[in-house]
Amino acid sequence: MVPAVLDQRRVERARAVAATVTDPELPMLTLHDLGVLREVALDEDGGVVVAITPTYSGCPAMATMRDDLLHRLQAAGFAEARVRVALEPAWTTDWITPEGRAALAEAGISPPGPAPRREGPVALSLSPTRRAVRCPRCGADDVALTSEFGSTACKAMYRCRDCLEPFDHLKEI
Amino acid sequence: MPEIHTHEADEHDSAYAGLLVNDAHWAFGTDFEDPLAGVDTTVPEGIDAHELATYCLRLGDDALILSQRLSEWCSRAPDLEEDIALANVALDLLGQARLLLARAAAADPSLVPALPEGSPVPPEDALAFFRDDREFRNACLVELPNGDFAETVGRILVFATYRLSLFQRLTSHPDAVLRAVAAKGVKELTYHRDFAGRWFLTLARGSDESRRRLEAGLARTWAYRHELGEDDEAELVLEQVLATSGIAAPDVRPISTGGRHTEHLSRLLAEMQVVARQHPMGVW
Repeated sequence: MVPAVLDQRRVERARAVAATVTDPELPMLTLHDLGVLREVALDEDGGVVVAITPTYSGCPAMATMRDDLLHRLQAAGFAEARVRVALEPAWTTDWITPEGRAALAEAGISPPGPAPRREGPVALSLSPTRRAVRCPRCGADDVALTSEFGSTACKAMYRCRDCLEPFDHLKEI
Repeated sequence: MPEIHTHEADEHDSAYAGLLVNDAHWAFGTDFEDPLAGVDTTVPEGIDAHELATYCLRLGDDALILSQRLSEWCSRAPDLEEDIALANVALDLLGQARLLLARAAAADPSLVPALPEGSPVPPEDALAFFRDDREFRNACLVELPNGDFAETVGRILVFATYRLSLFQRLTSHPDAVLRAVAAKGVKELTYHRDFAGRWFLTLARGSDESRRRLEAGLARTWAYRHELGEDDEAELVLEQVLATSGIAAPDVRPISTGGRHTEHLSRLLAEMQVVARQHPMGVW
């Protein structure tokens, strides 16, 4: 089946192109490393369809991600490429790849720990979230949460009590 | 100290580099693409499309109006961290609103206000910007003025507690789109409820003044909370926060507006809608 093999190569090539697109807010991460890029496939007409999952419902970067993907794919010869939104399952920080976590830490952003497991009603938590966070600059574990909300929807703000620098932590969802 | 990395120069450094040809869009609204692009919006069998649409509209309106209210805090919160936190909560709610209004429009297009021929306004924005106050289905609780920070904290606590409880149940709704919005929303609302709950506790245990303001603000919210629906689980959570904070449930009678909105909604909508309504054909 020669056509099937050709299709497979096309998908692989498109996937390789899509995987190079970076997040507009976290440019050290590719959409693949962030876990936003969910699928690259062909539709019935042989057009490339890329599925992406929003990190947060109101994430304003989705339009840029879509445009960047189309731009890169069109430049690589996939003129008819489409981007579709995959809402289910919801994005989780567990999808960030080990390479992505390393890139975050390298850029001074503390990578997320394991996402909370949800079984039964979500428990109320009236004390600050406990996380095993280390300062991405000096490595100290004596850190304090400044705010659960940061410069983008996906980050919390911390400061290091050792080197005194503030830093972002990608929060677990 | 290690070197601080920024990033290699890329196409995001120029606002023009990433533009695709022919991508003129309506000049207002939340974003420039279909939030349900490629999502199967077929209404499942056994579900009434109009009922599903009006239900999504109600949930979307609650989120939209509270988002607009909370945005008024931008640059006015007690400190920078809380300013950012409130803006983030508002952004999450705006995202939920957008998906829910888009879902409502896809399920029953007859709900979407008619606009001039060739108008570039997407359906969810037509619903947000071109309906009058009487057509909004939100609970009155979300349209009330913010009051002070303590009152806003109490209102987010009540709203997020009810909505989180509801969204957990909606994760098994037969409609796949509503189910997905709910599953996503559960994660966001968990942060909102915890944020408000922690501040509630802090203000309750703070000074006499912070406690006085918290109690006064909660009394104004409390009278409207029954509009969010009967929900024993949500009530239990609120009781837990009140007990931990040493605050008694306000002794207020429920206010019933008989399905009408308060006067505050029309002022909020005037500010939110005025520019969009002047330019239903506006493209950039």
